[in-house]
Amino acid sequence: MEKKIRILVAKPGLDGHDRGAKVVAQALRDAGMEVIYTGLHQTIDQITHTAIQEGVDVIGLSIMSGAHLPICEKLMKEMKKMKIDDILVVIGGVIPKRDIPPLQKIGIQGIFPGGTSFDESIRWIKENVKQRV
Amino acid sequence: MGVAKYIKNEKDEVRDVTLQSGIHVKPLYTKKDLEAIGFDPDKDLALPGEYPYTRGIHPLGYRSREWTTRQYTGFGAPKETNERFKLMISHGQTGLNVAFDLPTQMGLDSDDPLAEGEVGRVGMAVDSLRDFEVAFQGIPLDRIGAGLTINAVASIMLAMFQATAEKYGFKKDQVSATPQNDILKEMIGRGAWIFPVKPAVRLIGDTIEYSMKELPRTNPVSVCGYHIRESGCSPVQEIAYAFQIANTYIEEVLRRGHHIDDFVRGFTFNLNVFGNLWEQVAKFRAARKLWAKNLKERYGAKDNRSLLLRGIFGGGGYGMTKAQPENNIIRGAYYALAAALGGAQTTALCSFDEAYTIPTPRAALLSLRTFQILMEEIGLRDTVDPLAGSYFIETLTKQMEERIVEEMKRVDEMGGMIKAVETGYVQKEVARQAYEFEKGVQKGELIKVGVNKYTEGEEMEVELHEYRLGSAEEQVQRLREVKRERDNRKVSQLLKDLESAARAEKNVMPYLLECCKAYATLGEMTKVFKGAYGEFKEPSIF
Repeated sequence: MEKKIRILVAKPGLDGHDRGAKVVAQALRDAGMEVIYTGLHQTIDQITHTAIQEGVDVIGLSIMSGAHLPICEKLMKEMKKMKIDDILVVIGGVIPKRDIPPLQKIGIQGIFPGGTSFDESIRWIKENVKQRV
Repeated sequence: MGVAKYIKNEKDEVRDVTLQSGIHVKPLYTKKDLEAIGFDPDKDLALPGEYPYTRGIHPLGYRSREWTTRQYTGFGAPKETNERFKLMISHGQTGLNVAFDLPTQMGLDSDDPLAEGEVGRVGMAVDSLRDFEVAFQGIPLDRIGAGLTINAVASIMLAMFQATAEKYGFKKDQVSATPQNDILKEMIGRGAWIFPVKPAVRLIGDTIEYSMKELPRTNPVSVCGYHIRESGCSPVQEIAYAFQIANTYIEEVLRRGHHIDDFVRGFTFNLNVFGNLWEQVAKFRAARKLWAKNLKERYGAKDNRSLLLRGIFGGGGYGMTKAQPENNIIRGAYYALAAALGGAQTTALCSFDEAYTIPTPRAALLSLRTFQILMEEIGLRDTVDPLAGSYFIETLTKQMEERIVEEMKRVDEMGGMIKAVETGYVQKEVARQAYEFEKGVQKGELIKVGVNKYTEGEEMEVELHEYRLGSAEEQVQRLREVKRERDNRKVSQLLKDLESAARAEKNVMPYLLECCKAYATLGEMTKVFKGAYGEFKEPSIF
């Protein structure tokens, strides 16, 4: 049997708007993934540690405050340092179009701004995840 | 529940309508519906300004007084926010509604490592009294009330507001602040919580008790069904949860030996306006009636002024869409109409570009003009509660009322709102419904124009509010300056006094006021509270 995809849904930073994160967590679970939700106000340190501890294949960030660029830069740097940069990172939230190229540049390809359908993001994750052993 | 459903047949006839609150709407309403539901115009309605206030809290509605308009405003450094306040007032806005950045909402100073990247981003940055002095400089605080959208540290911000007003020569009984100050809804829906439930509720009790004597024109708490609805619940639950939250705060003050009529007039509500027009109007009418009954029957309020549900009905954020953003201008107008037909005392609207970022001045002005057109041009001030007596609206108002009562009972059976939040019961219910709503939209059961129907057309680029990177550095500089210039010995003594008061469960407000006046920082005061109270841990709901 195929191993289930394990995904960490994380709310980094101070923003507390978690409707999106919780909705997506339920959709991912219904799509057959194992979902771990961090809860609010997570530091990058906490997120990378949880990712290692839980042995996840994917980290999904939800950011609504507009601070996605500084937060993602910090995460990618930390992941490299911890040698877990093979984990797929995806992001959802209030992401203006003009911020997509800089996000791609720092290595985030799965970008799902508000309004993206469940099907689309789930398909993308399934196609792009490299399951870790 | 979760999402409104419209079922059509192959000829595009609407066969069945279910509102988000789960109520089925019939194709036709007649006198018989009112009879069937036991509608009694004397008991259920009476006159506007009379118990049970279904028709409004003022006898003449908007004839005697237009609504107060309060667009949510604030960004960057206090000086930029001050300029925007003045701009909105010059355009005819009659109140303020201050947006704070996330570090401020979380009680962190701008130089805290956790604040990095967030200073001044979604609201104004505040570290000390110096920032409030700049933000409110030149604002006639005896005329313009200030809503302060702050919760976990509302006690600190209310003290800071009082210190600012004093500094500018206003008397305590002249100024009116409305701190949001509703921590339970933060734990359910908006996430800006710091301290555990019980001490957090005690802090709210402190602000209410303090305002009774010291700040008589202040509304110390604005209970927000709004954000719970934004997070996914139905309009019925929005009211039921808001009332049960309000009851929790009421009981905290009653516990201290005060009489309900001495403080409950300071309660206001913040309620949402998006979705089905009729459902929202019926919701506001039912809510006014139930709030009056709640106070009279549950708490024995005697003074009629205690029974009035006052509030800001507005926003509508979750109804707005990122797709085809100009459509939000039109949506906003209908949401404002719902607020007006529902008898709002105060209103505000999410601007059409807010699905992207905080509004540009042009977008904020459009929202303000929407209110002005409603009141000045199309007749909303003509007569009070114009939909009263409608077979449909009165039936729906009764149905909403029944369902709100049932939902409130469910929370009572759980042991009250504190329990319901500590165990995650409400959070779970809200998240479940948010998921149902999203599935309904993605399946096309609920039409959102431009999102799942009529999606063709050119993509529009909105002009975005620019986040100024330099303003964070300037803010940190100003904080350093304040710390250099103030009497640091005095500050540490005052912080110690605050700590003893917090640990002894005394009312902390007088201590906070002294700390603020001595330019203690928000971060310093919050740290004292964290030491004394600890921090909230989210219940796991998955």
